[in-house]
Amino acid sequence: MPTDLLYGAEVLLNGLMAGVLYALVALGFVLIYKASGIFNYAQGVMALFAALTLVGIMEGQIPFSHLINATFGTNIHHFGWHVPAFAAIFLTMIVMVGFAILVQRLIFRHLVGQEPIILFMATIGLAYFLEGVGDLMWGSEIKKMAVGLPQGGSLWVEENTQWLGFGNEDFYGFFLDKLDMVATVIAIVLVLALVAFSQYTKQGRAMRAVADDHQAALSVGVSLNYIWILVWSVAGFVALVAGIIWGAKSGVQFSLSLIALKALPVLMLGGFTSIPGAIVGGLIIGVGEKLFEFSFGPMLGGATENWFAYVLALIFLVFRPQGLFGEKIIERV
Amino acid sequence: MLDQTDGYMTADGRQIGPVVMEMRNITLRFGGVEAIKDISFDIREGEVRAIIGPNGAGKSSMLNVISGFYVPQEGQVIYKGAPRPAMKPYQVARQGIARTFQNIALFEGMSVLDNVMTGRLTHMKTGMFAQAFWKGKAEREETENREVAEKIIDFLEIQAIRKTPVSRLPYGLKKRVELARALAAEPELLLLDEPMAGMNVEEKEDMSRFILSMNDEFGTTIALIEHDMGVVMDLSDRVVVMDYGKKIGDGTPDEVRNNQAVIDAYLGVAHD
Repeated sequence: MPTDLLYGAEVLLNGLMAGVLYALVALGFVLIYKASGIFNYAQGVMALFAALTLVGIMEGQIPFSHLINATFGTNIHHFGWHVPAFAAIFLTMIVMVGFAILVQRLIFRHLVGQEPIILFMATIGLAYFLEGVGDLMWGSEIKKMAVGLPQGGSLWVEENTQWLGFGNEDFYGFFLDKLDMVATVIAIVLVLALVAFSQYTKQGRAMRAVADDHQAALSVGVSLNYIWILVWSVAGFVALVAGIIWGAKSGVQFSLSLIALKALPVLMLGGFTSIPGAIVGGLIIGVGEKLFEFSFGPMLGGATENWFAYVLALIFLVFRPQGLFGEKIIERV
Repeated sequence: MLDQTDGYMTADGRQIGPVVMEMRNITLRFGGVEAIKDISFDIREGEVRAIIGPNGAGKSSMLNVISGFYVPQEGQVIYKGAPRPAMKPYQVARQGIARTFQNIALFEGMSVLDNVMTGRLTHMKTGMFAQAFWKGKAEREETENREVAEKIIDFLEIQAIRKTPVSRLPYGLKKRVELARALAAEPELLLLDEPMAGMNVEEKEDMSRFILSMNDEFGTTIALIEHDMGVVMDLSDRVVVMDYGKKIGDGTPDEVRNNQAVIDAYLGVAHD
């Protein structure tokens, strides 16, 4: 097999894995948008906040310690214990559910029936507020996400794919990042679980009902408030998973909230209302940007990954504004 | 005060039971406008009760008060003998009151079967985590609910479109699917807001047949709003007539037909 083709295949694999991660972030947006028509600008910050909270709990950090120390002249920082990763993830999830309840109670319950742009503005406010709270609660230094996810390239994959070169001296086997591989598996499991949840459970059914028609949902006994809290909680969970994976990749820091920007082209491609769209959109962008960089990057001076997704999304917007799987926009006159 | 235990026999020999729902001195205002002015009436178990009146008489508002979408400023809603506190529509639905809408409110993105299944939501008891970890129980519940949904789909003769997305259906069938969803809740009281609006004669006949046999076979108590006078007179056991938010008549179709106030206000000219 020619080496170029093998490198191409490696790039494709890496693109697919990156795509699954983009899909994961995009899913958080789709869930909330479908159920409540809110484009949640704060989704990225939620991932950051979840990651900060998880690390804080694991390290036994005292929340708001800077504030407490400044107010009372004390000097406390840590409880002096460490919480195992599994328990900390569970506790963080409780925090995210609490966050969902607060957001619904304090903000969106009062904005029912408002214009989408007003709801969007509210989420911008929420994003910066949450960023500030995260800072105040856990401090602003860069932290390590040490939940035991593997790091580095997988030697096993490399050794076991070497034969594909058929004696070609230049080919050493596929280089795949262990963390990417684990993240892909996690993301796939999460996506399958979400689909199963929305198709086969009572709450999932109620969620789809609310996403489709509020009045009709009320008439079959579905509480909108409850479903919105549920949706924000699920989005919080998705944010937590995204925060863990991206935090493990590049450390828990404020730039983590920018992963949300990576989800935007995915949404434009897949449509804001479609779960399969988010997945396929994520994969197309992941594979597309890696292959594009591989084949045209050198010609264009590299770093095409920074803009490729947005250009692709723009082209898509022109020809199919509702996205691949989005609901078709039909104006009846 | 109404006796809660009595009933009456209809002309076609059906036994009508005690009062299920009583509206007592209901007044509903929107700002300065009184949509409903001090109206009282009751609905009895097993009967088909119609609310009629000209456009803007407040019929839909009344239905919305019963189903909890509007909360009246004055008066009491007495359901199964007990005053009902102010409730959200979903709480009313959980008490066994199902409804359809004048402008059809269906889940357009779901199939017919899925729409009918949402009607079973109030009957699904297994919790979120039980469903994940106790598969057997959740599956049994799902099967039971599925059976009820299929029975109602058969009954309303929409088997052929079970898997069709609702958005692809013509208007008349959508109305029928909405009825199926409401009926799937096995309601104690079924509210129909203009079930025949915008239908052709044939569709109206079908719908009338379904309403009558629903009442007959399942014993469903039905309150409906309708414009078509002929249909109302054929279908209903008792009729409330509203005009400008006031009640101007209440009784059997014959009584209402011969009520001078009703003739003046609603029918305009008496044809017979």
